[in-house]
Amino acid sequence: MSPARRLPPAAQALIDGDRRALARLITGAENDDPGAREVLRAIYPRTGHAWLVGLAGPLGVGKSSLINALLAHLRSLGKKVAVVAVDPSSPFSGGSVLGDRIRLDRPPDDPGIFIRSMATRGHAGGLARATREVARLLEAAGFGIVLVETVGSGQVDVEIRQVATTSVVVLVPHLGDEVQTLKAGLFEIADVFCVNKSDLPGADRARRDLTELASLGSVDPGWRVPVVATSTTIPSGIPELWQAIEAHEHYLDSSGKRLEGERRRLTQEILALAESRFVADLSRDPSLPRRVEPVLARRIDPETAARRWWQERRKGRA
Amino acid sequence: MPAAKKQPPIRVLIAKPGLDGHDRGAKVVARALRDAGMEVIYAGLRQTPEAIVQAAMEEDVDIVGLSILSGAHMALIPKILELMRKERSGRIPVFVGGIIPDEDARQLRKLGVKAIFGPGASLQEIVKSAKHLAGRAS
Repeated sequence: MSPARRLPPAAQALIDGDRRALARLITGAENDDPGAREVLRAIYPRTGHAWLVGLAGPLGVGKSSLINALLAHLRSLGKKVAVVAVDPSSPFSGGSVLGDRIRLDRPPDDPGIFIRSMATRGHAGGLARATREVARLLEAAGFGIVLVETVGSGQVDVEIRQVATTSVVVLVPHLGDEVQTLKAGLFEIADVFCVNKSDLPGADRARRDLTELASLGSVDPGWRVPVVATSTTIPSGIPELWQAIEAHEHYLDSSGKRLEGERRRLTQEILALAESRFVADLSRDPSLPRRVEPVLARRIDPETAARRWWQERRKGRA
Repeated sequence: MPAAKKQPPIRVLIAKPGLDGHDRGAKVVARALRDAGMEVIYAGLRQTPEAIVQAAMEEDVDIVGLSILSGAHMALIPKILELMRKERSGRIPVFVGGIIPDEDARQLRKLGVKAIFGPGASLQEIVKSAKHLAGRAS
């Protein structure tokens, strides 16, 4: 066995379970600061085993309340669990109000729980840019289960699939027409459907509709998407929801799909990171303003300008 | 490499310790801070000192704002300050909004509260003070 490489002190503190170090590193990851980068590099080989459970769904379906119920259930099973709750940033001020903690109540001295709110900071897709990195920090700190709550805009929360090992799509009775419009986006990403507020009338109908939809097949032909009815007011269905999530995670292991999913997610992540560098690089290209002029004068169209730019840059590099 | 090196947003925890249910003030302040570009973690009503200190730590906030209208400020705020020191969060500035008599305000300042806002305080004033406390005076 090769001797373990010396970790940066902040990484060591993280692995030793220092919650304050964890909190600071999350801030660092969000702010893209070099210290946090270094820690992320150092801990990366230790990550990739956590269950990252994403909860997506329209506003007001009860994602936070479900997470609260799952927290209590998971703690009763003795599992350590972290929550990442994402809320939108204002496109105008850049500020945000992160209100998901309100619904999460737990004994404040329980070291088996860690909750962090994140703002999207202009990132689209229902998550914050640094969500994956934050999940890795949490995993390195010993949280084998990370529950990720998306923004809750509904149709655009599909990015959760780029982070989560299990995506739970949460809906409620009587979404009606909205259900139709959601079919193409949110419906395709579900590994588990959850009909929350199932104490309300119409729950059976919603459950039936979803079961029918699920029987049409999912992205993964080997997995039949279960439909679980829950209510956080009664409460009911929470152990069943967790069982469904667990069953999917076990399926990932037994079918070999875990590695496949991770390969897909990492490909996307590398692409996105490379893209942001390319874009930054391009936007600093001094030739850009002069390329706009012929397009502005309607002599060439934007696509032609972009293609020429691309070709010239490729030649320039060769 | 990030497109532009912008200052990261100020993170602030807004919480209401104690038992009174008057959270309009806290909400209005939360919104004003949001509109000033801050990330406001709104912890809501009836928070215990322990929960507030825990939230401040996990969320790694730059400042903490407490709203109290119950009259229990002299019991709750010193407790929160003490817990923050114990939890190595003693350096996070704390500001308070509510109905705080002058004598109590003096004492709270002595204990470490950085700013106190009564019913007459303007949102502008609170935003400015929050920026200042976070070390981003403009």
